[in-house]
Amino acid sequence: MNKFTEDDLKKELETKEYEYGFYTDIEADKFPVGLNEEVVIAISKKKNEPEWMTKWRLEAFKVWKEMEEPDWANVNYEKPKFQDISYYSAPVQKPKLDSLDQVDPELLKTFEKLGISIDEQKRLSNVAVDIVVDSVSVATTFKKTLNEKGIIFMPISEAIQEHPELVKKYLGTIVPTTDNFYAALNSAVFSDGSFCYIPKGVTCPMELSTYFRINEGGTGQFERTLVVADKGSYVSYLEGCTAPARDENQLHAAVVELIALDDAEIKYSTVQNWFPGDAEGKGGVYNFVTKRGLVEKNAKISWTQVETGSAVTWKYPSCILKGDNAVGEFYSIAVTNNFQQADTGTKMIHLGNNTKSTIISKGVSAGKSQNSYRGLVQVGSRAKNARNFSQCDSLLMGDQCGAHTFPYIECKNKTAQIEHEATTSKIGEDQLFYCNQRGIDTEKAIALIVNGFSKEVLNKLPMEFAVEAQKLLEISLEGSVG
Amino acid sequence: MLEVKNLHASINDKEILRGINLEIKAGEVHAIMGPNGSGKSTLSAVIAGKEEYEVTEGSVILNGEDLANFAPEERAHKGIFLSFQYPVEIPGVTVTNFIKTAINETRKGQGLEELPAKDMLKLIREKSDLLEIDRKFLSRSLNEGFSGGEKKRNEIFQMAMLEPKLAILDETDSGLDIDALKIVANGVNKLKSKDNAVLVITHYQRLLDYIVPDFVHVLYNGKIVKSGGKELALELEEKGYDWLK
Repeated sequence: MNKFTEDDLKKELETKEYEYGFYTDIEADKFPVGLNEEVVIAISKKKNEPEWMTKWRLEAFKVWKEMEEPDWANVNYEKPKFQDISYYSAPVQKPKLDSLDQVDPELLKTFEKLGISIDEQKRLSNVAVDIVVDSVSVATTFKKTLNEKGIIFMPISEAIQEHPELVKKYLGTIVPTTDNFYAALNSAVFSDGSFCYIPKGVTCPMELSTYFRINEGGTGQFERTLVVADKGSYVSYLEGCTAPARDENQLHAAVVELIALDDAEIKYSTVQNWFPGDAEGKGGVYNFVTKRGLVEKNAKISWTQVETGSAVTWKYPSCILKGDNAVGEFYSIAVTNNFQQADTGTKMIHLGNNTKSTIISKGVSAGKSQNSYRGLVQVGSRAKNARNFSQCDSLLMGDQCGAHTFPYIECKNKTAQIEHEATTSKIGEDQLFYCNQRGIDTEKAIALIVNGFSKEVLNKLPMEFAVEAQKLLEISLEGSVG
Repeated sequence: MLEVKNLHASINDKEILRGINLEIKAGEVHAIMGPNGSGKSTLSAVIAGKEEYEVTEGSVILNGEDLANFAPEERAHKGIFLSFQYPVEIPGVTVTNFIKTAINETRKGQGLEELPAKDMLKLIREKSDLLEIDRKFLSRSLNEGFSGGEKKRNEIFQMAMLEPKLAILDETDSGLDIDALKIVANGVNKLKSKDNAVLVITHYQRLLDYIVPDFVHVLYNGKIVKSGGKELALELEEKGYDWLK
């Protein structure tokens, strides 16, 4: 009889290979390894940056040198050797791209494997894509439609040239260079990323989308994203990533800053699928990200994330609810398998009156992975009638993984209402047998159970992403039944 | 349709079934009765292919095919349905979504195309009307917060949707009041045909007032110790099981 026990399930989950583990051979224009002032200046020069930007980077570098790598997160890993990393890598390409024909065919092949056919996206979907491959954006689409509305959506390196006043006004105001070790490092060496500005009263007519991808071995990638929604505007921003399989650890330390001015709304969705390492815990991306948004009066920022990749994740998309009636939301699914470690959550800082925040966090752990939720709800002394609702659910598979919840609540105003709910459950043999008996095999059953568990968060994703996210959840947890 | 031959099965090296012989033909309803611990639920689980049980001897044959090497889902694809005594909860998965997945996976297993959404919807409507199931019920999370009656009715709904060849009802009457029992039994009766068969596993005779068996078997200590017609159930009700030991 073909028996399938929980032990088999564990084995199956552990032997699951990373499905996007391919590697494209693209010639890269790359700096030698190591980091010092000259490298920072060289990066800035490479980008033709104005002097204020170079100065900004150097100040960040100075701060970073004095800082120590944080170790408070519930993760264990070998600290990256910062002098062994190359801090700049750009795909070699023709100087100016007028059409897709000019993009490196190898690169286009990579996109196809990932299911990101630009042609298809251009033709069929309502998504403008600004693709970042190894730090340099190679294709930007839908620019015209956006231009008509006055929306700026471009690589941040270009924005620094073309809209210095906007970049200068907002860059580093939400995540200052001194914020933390990795934010400081990012500020010093970021090579590219996206910049987005939605003018007053404008509703962005399409989902703005960026695909990130690490491609060059041993290259750390440091993106910088800045989204500014001016008064009364609306934008939905999608960010998705996959990375090729490799042996050495890759460092990824991005910074994302969101600014929602009065009455504006930003919806920021992420699907993260960096290489998680193999079944022995070898390789995989270190994902140390700082994401934060400022929410002004009557404004709203909503973070939605589906995290399935990376060997080590350290990420807390947060909201500073500064204005009265500001709303912050955080919806998260984090899936860990094999030896993956995730320490993720959010910070909701209530400063204005009648500010409201919602946190829904779903953690799925399998293999020998460790999955932690870490969240802070802070209510300032002058924030009257602040409200928060937090819900943290964990789903465990097998008996060798861990789920942890670290909720922090700091309340300085007695009119606040704060609720916290948490549950932990396990996918049991009985659930699997029940599904099997109805003709559903174990792989599909796991996908069904995990999708059901994650439904509240999946429902928050834009349609285009929801399907991809569901597929990712399945890929991350399914194995090939022997 | 189903032949169980000299079936021995154990769990954790403890033998539960000690040589069961049973033959069920299409169009028949069989009932298996017996005291607690006699092996009733084990028999249903072994037929469905639950992995914890080890078949040490004998065989289960469905339409001439030995099921020994088939996984539970493959047995389901071949037409075996088990209505669970304790159906599990799957939060966030609606009754509709679950049955859609079950139908399409079963069709895939049978080498058929997925059922088009329109036909699926029609089938769901048809079957839920047949079983007098409220539409709202269909969008609830599977078995989450269901009453005993709702859980069992949902099992029968799934059975109606999947149209199995052999339906095994494991203690379907447990936890049901008399009204719920009637509804469930009516559902089963409506689904009965000359092409399928039903195996009712029960403790008490009362379910058999509504689902009338052609044959009744008494299971005791892992063996069928007596078989007879429906009157045997009444005799058991009157005399208990002691006289058979």
